[in-house]
Amino acid sequence: MKNSRRRFLQIAGVSALGLGAKPMLNAFAAGGGEGPGYHVATGEDALTAKQWAMVIDTRKLQTAEALEPIVEACNKIHNIPTAIENKNHEIKWIWETHYHNAFTDKTNNFLNEKVAHRPFLLLCNHCENPPCVQACPTKATFKRESDGIVLMDFHRCIGCRFCMAACPFGARSFNFRDPHPFIEENNKEFPTRMKGVVEKCNFCAERLAVGKMPACVEASKGAIAFGDLYDEHSEVRELLKENYTIRRKQTLGTEPSVYYIV
Amino acid sequence: MKDKNKILAGLAIFIVVITFPFWFNLGKAAPAPELELTEKAKAAKTCVMSKEFMTAEHMQLLDVWRHNVVRGGERMFVNPDGRQFNMSLSNTCLDCHSNKEKFCDRCHDYASVRPYCWDCHIDNPKGE
Repeated sequence: MKNSRRRFLQIAGVSALGLGAKPMLNAFAAGGGEGPGYHVATGEDALTAKQWAMVIDTRKLQTAEALEPIVEACNKIHNIPTAIENKNHEIKWIWETHYHNAFTDKTNNFLNEKVAHRPFLLLCNHCENPPCVQACPTKATFKRESDGIVLMDFHRCIGCRFCMAACPFGARSFNFRDPHPFIEENNKEFPTRMKGVVEKCNFCAERLAVGKMPACVEASKGAIAFGDLYDEHSEVRELLKENYTIRRKQTLGTEPSVYYIV
Repeated sequence: MKDKNKILAGLAIFIVVITFPFWFNLGKAAPAPELELTEKAKAAKTCVMSKEFMTAEHMQLLDVWRHNVVRGGERMFVNPDGRQFNMSLSNTCLDCHSNKEKFCDRCHDYASVRPYCWDCHIDNPKGE
């Protein structure tokens, strides 16, 4: 009697575990791109590259007025909360700064004055060896294998800001407050963000997917070139061949993909 | 078993209390919500998948969409009939189902689920 009751409880316990494990296993097995009768694919118009890169010809962008439409184009299509007045809470994907702040390791005492007074466009460098990706504990930020863009998955970001500490370029901004009241012009085609996530430039991955160039490239009227760094005949490689270019904080070894012609 | 009566009485009270919500609300169940389709959704006749699939599994499908768009860069959905759709909550789903209050929210409220899609994917009218 005693034995059989124990046996019964054991079997009941194991069965309950087994019944509970099945849906769990199913849940873990799900998540692929296939399902009952459907599949997902890359769009037909999508632009592809091994590593997207950008060459900014700063000779063609001499004044702050010349940069304004470029920054604005980005702010507008990505629902960036530009109306935040507190500088510490500012959200920026692409912004303007002085030579001394942009190229901290290339500041001679006596610089070419033209270059020193020129405004520079800064954005995420989409490094080939991105420190932010290594720092992220949830893999919310990742380097996309297919084209080298350093992307954010806002759904996964827990707002720990390790990536902000890791990025040597200050390319990341944190939503210290709900950004929605500060978005001046809404673009319904692009999602907004919420309080507590980090955001940054995404090289317009959503535009590349439908065969369009990034918004800043389009708005720059030829001053910014965009293309595949590992395609010998791409526009960026042609420009790099013909011009002397510099990159930000190159000595850190992150291999930025944004080049500047000075 | 000296306290048989006390135990049984206690058990009876316990069962009555624990089942209180069930018999108290018996027959008072809120009716299942009626979903309203927009003209556009009616005209399209079928969603990206069959109605049965969408009713039961739209959340899993949206998760597949989210994963493949955000992390894989794959944005094209091909359904069993071979029709192609752009995988986008705001631009594809809400294009037809533009009446979120009468379509999404009614069921979600009824089932007491609070998806946080809307924190980012459409305007928050209250601006909270």
